[in-house]
Amino acid sequence: MGVGIDVENLNAWYGSTHTLQDISLNIPANHATALIGPSGCGKSTFVRCLNRMHETNPIARATGIVKMGDVDIYQDANPVEIRRRVGMVFQRPNPFPTMSIYDNVASGLKLNGFRNRAILDETVERSLRAAALWDEVKDDLKKKSGASLSGGQQQRMCIARALAVDPEVLLMDEPASALDPVSTSKIEDLIFELKRQYTIVIVTHNMQQAARVAENTGFFLNGKMVEFDSTHKIFTNPKDKRTEDYITGRFG
Amino acid sequence: MPTNPFHTPPPPQDFAATDPPVQQRSRRVRLNRMRRHLWNHVVTGLAVLSTVIVIAPLVAILAYLIYKGASSLNLAFFTHIPAPVGELGGGMANAIVGSGMILAVASVLGIPVGIGAGVYLAEFGRGGWLAAAIRFTADVLNGVPSIVMGIAIYSLIVMRQKHFSALAGGVALAIMMVPTITRTTEEMLATVPHAIREAAYGLGVPRWRTVLSVTLKTASPGIITGCMLAFARVAGETAPLLFTAFGNQFWSLRLNQPIAALPLQIYVYAISPYDEWHRLAWGGSLVLIVLIMVSVTLVRIYANRGVLKGAS
Repeated sequence: MGVGIDVENLNAWYGSTHTLQDISLNIPANHATALIGPSGCGKSTFVRCLNRMHETNPIARATGIVKMGDVDIYQDANPVEIRRRVGMVFQRPNPFPTMSIYDNVASGLKLNGFRNRAILDETVERSLRAAALWDEVKDDLKKKSGASLSGGQQQRMCIARALAVDPEVLLMDEPASALDPVSTSKIEDLIFELKRQYTIVIVTHNMQQAARVAENTGFFLNGKMVEFDSTHKIFTNPKDKRTEDYITGRFG
Repeated sequence: MPTNPFHTPPPPQDFAATDPPVQQRSRRVRLNRMRRHLWNHVVTGLAVLSTVIVIAPLVAILAYLIYKGASSLNLAFFTHIPAPVGELGGGMANAIVGSGMILAVASVLGIPVGIGAGVYLAEFGRGGWLAAAIRFTADVLNGVPSIVMGIAIYSLIVMRQKHFSALAGGVALAIMMVPTITRTTEEMLATVPHAIREAAYGLGVPRWRTVLSVTLKTASPGIITGCMLAFARVAGETAPLLFTAFGNQFWSLRLNQPIAALPLQIYVYAISPYDEWHRLAWGGSLVLIVLIMVSVTLVRIYANRGVLKGAS
């Protein structure tokens, strides 16, 4: 089951650039939450703070409270364990090129020392089915490299890989921006299915996509969160003038 | 078709007014195309020529070695130790085995150290003063003449032990292998996209595990090539072995005793005044180059065995 995330006064820096300023919001469990905003507004940095990926860059720094259930991930946990609870799907598909499809999906478990074949087999099948890729790849699981799939298939494989470690939260940083419309709609259908089991945070440049998949939407601008509300409200009756300007395409 | 209110169609253009007349244009187009084709052939020709220049010396050396050396190769060459002066026959069995032992010592010591240093440079020390120092040292070490390496190991190991040894030879060659392996490892790791590391971090894989099982594995074809280059280079080295392994006319399989090596044996035989020994030196050279080629090829085949369909 998914878990909710409460963010309070999150600040993040890249070197001396203050990329996130006092972000506070509640992301409800088992819902999809979309983050929109122009390029460079900090939404990617924000999701990268939710699994402490931000700090893998040596010049990056973050402060604030991010509560995942009862755990403050910046106080009570080590980053590696947090990343097992929070799956991440990146903008460009990033399969492990030397691994087969099977090993790619199983990598989260295998690289953490898990060796039970029967459970691995079962997890790989379940994850690939959940990512709607099983039927397309089941015959070449161990024969083909993960990098041999098409872009859309690679991205669904990356989703399966993230699901295989059984996370509670799934972060998606523009998961469909490098894909064609058919693959995009497959990914969106998938998000619909997945939010029954996982809490989903999705960064997107595509406002129709936000409207289609997410219950709540946050609008980011210049490192600040301008507005956070139900998706319906944001797109039909935003409170802030800047939000309205952005969603009607008057800037950004 | 839906009309887009923001789209203003471009004004119709009168191409006939701006373009040159058809007759004139087609001549210019034809000339242009001829020039492009000519250049295409010239540049392709240069590339082929360079390839031939690169391959020619190898083929020439190999052909000459076969011409001069093949006749002295027989079963005895591979099974007997050198015969005393004046006696015909004899072989280089001890030198072949000795070279194998020295190179095994060198590889066991040099490859892990070289790869380890490369991993440090690429993954952990990026931008630090220590990394800069290691990189500088590796580059200088790469330029140290091999005879100097031999003398250095002579004073560090041989003088202390009071005798020459296979181990000292192996250490000298290992130190010569390290810089090449370190720099190739570093460069190959740098070509692994950051997105692949992030994929592993995102799955909760610790950093050390990511380096071992993801980054190194992705870069392994290049790293193996680097190791093979280093191996092939030191396999033919004579100078660092003169004061370390020293050479041996008899069988020895002990690491703490002087040992024969192919390059040493070739050197000794080649400068000797005896025709029979000259013949053996040619045979030894042929065997040395063939053994290097075979071992490099075998490693390559072994390294490629698990590559999957469509792996990049």
